[in-house]
Amino acid sequence: MLVGLNVHPVIKLVVQRVALGLLLLLAVSAIIFLGVEALPGDTAQAILGQSATPQALANLRAEMGLDQPALTRYFGWLGGILTGDLGTSLTNKTDIATAIGQRLGNTLFLAFWAAIISVPLAILLGLVAARYQGRWPDKAISGVTLSTISLPEFVVGYLVLYFLAVKWQLFPSVAMVFPGMGMIERLNAVILPVIVLVLVVLAHMMRMTRAAILNVMQSAYIETAELKGLSPMAVIWRHAFPNAIAPVVNVVMLNLAYLVVGVVVVEVVFVYPGMGQYLVDHVTKRDLPVVQAVGLIFAAVYIGLNIMADVISILANPRLRHPK
Amino acid sequence: MSDQLDRFVAAAKAGKMTRRDFVARTTAMGLSAGLATALYSKAAHAQPKKGGLLRAGMQGGESTNSLDPALAASEVPFMINMTWGEMLVDVGPTGEIEYRIAEEISANSDATEWKFKIRQGVEYHNGKTVTAEDVVATMRRHTDEKSQSGALGIVQGITEMSAQGDMVTMKLASGSADFPYLMADYHLIIQPDGGVDNPTAGIGAGPYKVVVHEPGVRHGFEKFANHWNPEIGHADEVEILVINDGTARAAALQSGQVHMINRVDPKIAELLGRVPGVSVNAVAGRGHYVFIMHCDKAPFDNADLRMALKLGINRQEMVDKILGGLGSRGNDFPINGAYPLFDDSIPQRDYDAALAAEHYKKSGHDGSPIVLQVAAGAFPGAVEAAQLFQQSAQAAGIPLELKREPDDGYWSNVWNVAPFCASYWGGRPVQDQMYTTAYLSTAEWNDTKFRNAKFDELLIAARAELDGAKRKGMYSEMAHILRDEGGLILPMFNDFVEGVRAEVAGWEADPNGELMNGRALARCWLA
Repeated sequence: MLVGLNVHPVIKLVVQRVALGLLLLLAVSAIIFLGVEALPGDTAQAILGQSATPQALANLRAEMGLDQPALTRYFGWLGGILTGDLGTSLTNKTDIATAIGQRLGNTLFLAFWAAIISVPLAILLGLVAARYQGRWPDKAISGVTLSTISLPEFVVGYLVLYFLAVKWQLFPSVAMVFPGMGMIERLNAVILPVIVLVLVVLAHMMRMTRAAILNVMQSAYIETAELKGLSPMAVIWRHAFPNAIAPVVNVVMLNLAYLVVGVVVVEVVFVYPGMGQYLVDHVTKRDLPVVQAVGLIFAAVYIGLNIMADVISILANPRLRHPK
Repeated sequence: MSDQLDRFVAAAKAGKMTRRDFVARTTAMGLSAGLATALYSKAAHAQPKKGGLLRAGMQGGESTNSLDPALAASEVPFMINMTWGEMLVDVGPTGEIEYRIAEEISANSDATEWKFKIRQGVEYHNGKTVTAEDVVATMRRHTDEKSQSGALGIVQGITEMSAQGDMVTMKLASGSADFPYLMADYHLIIQPDGGVDNPTAGIGAGPYKVVVHEPGVRHGFEKFANHWNPEIGHADEVEILVINDGTARAAALQSGQVHMINRVDPKIAELLGRVPGVSVNAVAGRGHYVFIMHCDKAPFDNADLRMALKLGINRQEMVDKILGGLGSRGNDFPINGAYPLFDDSIPQRDYDAALAAEHYKKSGHDGSPIVLQVAAGAFPGAVEAAQLFQQSAQAAGIPLELKREPDDGYWSNVWNVAPFCASYWGGRPVQDQMYTTAYLSTAEWNDTKFRNAKFDELLIAARAELDGAKRKGMYSEMAHILRDEGGLILPMFNDFVEGVRAEVAGWEADPNGELMNGRALARCWLA
């Protein structure tokens, strides 16, 4: 669509990516809706549980509008989202946007602190490991990070919980945050889950940084830099790293996405009121509008972060930045 | 003797002994009953200390929970209701009626018309006064055809209700001697105007006001200064933290972030009890874990096959291994010593492989696998219990086959649908309600499809029988029928296993429900 216009090819690429992302999101919304429809069981039964009477079931179903055809409900829902209305929860009649807003805030808060610690740390460790490839710092870094990623995250969680919260009582075991909490208090509350998340995501990014750097280190221009007499760390930092950014960014974004959408186990262990637990609760109760809304938000986060990775890779690539 | 007495007093102070236990033990030592009761009150209720923040960490809360008391179905909403609300009556730890909003109850001779005198001057959190009209409006909301109330089945039998002055009259379709017990159901919280305009307002007459309501996360309350009864509500603030993960719950208790937790995993109960500053209380309740057969579907329509399976289950082994010893053996009828009018002379059924094999042979079953459907969520340890059942049945030559089902949708797709599956019941305050809910031929939740005319007849007759001894005889006869002919395999009654920190005082064992029947936050204090 931008062919006729004289625009910079990078902008064109970015616009294309974003447009594709939106299209993908639309497709995902349909898939989420279909998936939720296909869940076995019945919302009314799930809400009222074992102690439901048939009369109460029938009343609830009618009240929730579950008697209308699926297509009508899908388009109603889609229209609502476009106008910023996510609807009301079927189970507790609260406004979904408000409830999600708070949960999403909590999730992003946790992900932010985990990311701000883990990303620089992982890249730094990756650079050091590449610098001392095959020597003891490399082996130590790889050994430690690979063991923390190999343990299931709930095991890491329980270990941290046992030592830091129960045995030495340094930090609270319940990472509960709520509105009106001070920043210091809030940070103190999330220390344990942040530690666990950092341990879980560190290895992936560290290994990728190391591998990408080592790959670049085979190139002829690195040899040139070395022959110029630059120190090994300067070679890595100034010449190898800029050319290794694209693969590293991709892995970093995948891990960031994981920190937002995949941490339900950590949330459960530390009783953190994030999106994961919220979603699981509503799936169990067949609260379809909430499940759809959360699913869509998760999809948007994933797609958004991947677009960002693409864009950064494009910008990091001189051939795309300066086309002939 | 005085050493022993000191020990009992210490136990009573720590809340590890019920009044009934204490009186029974000390009178056995030669103390007069009056003195024993006085001593207990002194020990257990030694000047409650006011103030502080009392916290409970609980399993059973979801972000889908609502403040509407009619919709409460899991543990946290139950506890919330009991903290901010008051019903007409409560059922006390020894099974007696405790008057709350009602201060006097009377019935006509055939128990079809009940009159409740409403306590005067009881105030709601919004400053209004509780009236007889509110009571009627509340009951009407729960009986409403459009109601989604969990108590709908309980109040359905009310045909007519009215308020005159401070008196509420309810007429029943058929006589029920237990009617006041039904009014203690935790959904039936008295709300201003019955909560019709705004059922989720959380305004009641209970000892604590709702301040924070974050479903699935935490629920905060502060003391309601004008509560009618100064004997409860000691802490300034109370809080419920929703901690659904068992390990996280135990860790929160150990590190002192919460003062009490529900649902301690029996596997760790002993270890947790050894932690300094923490005690684990096991309270015998009415809840039970079951395997249910549909009496009307092959092969379970054969009485001998049902009996073979009942004899082929090792109850003691299940109590030991599944409940970690924190429970008691079941006897294939849903009543135990925690119920009033229980007949303890009914012989205990035990594992008997030889007799089971004999019944199995007599049933003429073709030897094809008998499928038992089970999900991990049917009750804690359900899959393991089913595996034990499979092994003990195997030893008697009964080919039991397990089919694992997902937790998701179990209660709608398997329970009450499949002919043989695992399930649980929470128990009810009185025998009539338990039997009426699940064993009457016409009951919606007759999950064993048990239809026995004699049993139904006795149930209806016992309901309106005001003579206790006669009633007890009827219930005993019903228990025998169900035990020998029913589709219920009841291997174990599970205790409520709860963790409490040492600084909590005023704890009392209550068989009616977990955490002192939901009143722990309102009745305990920080010593």
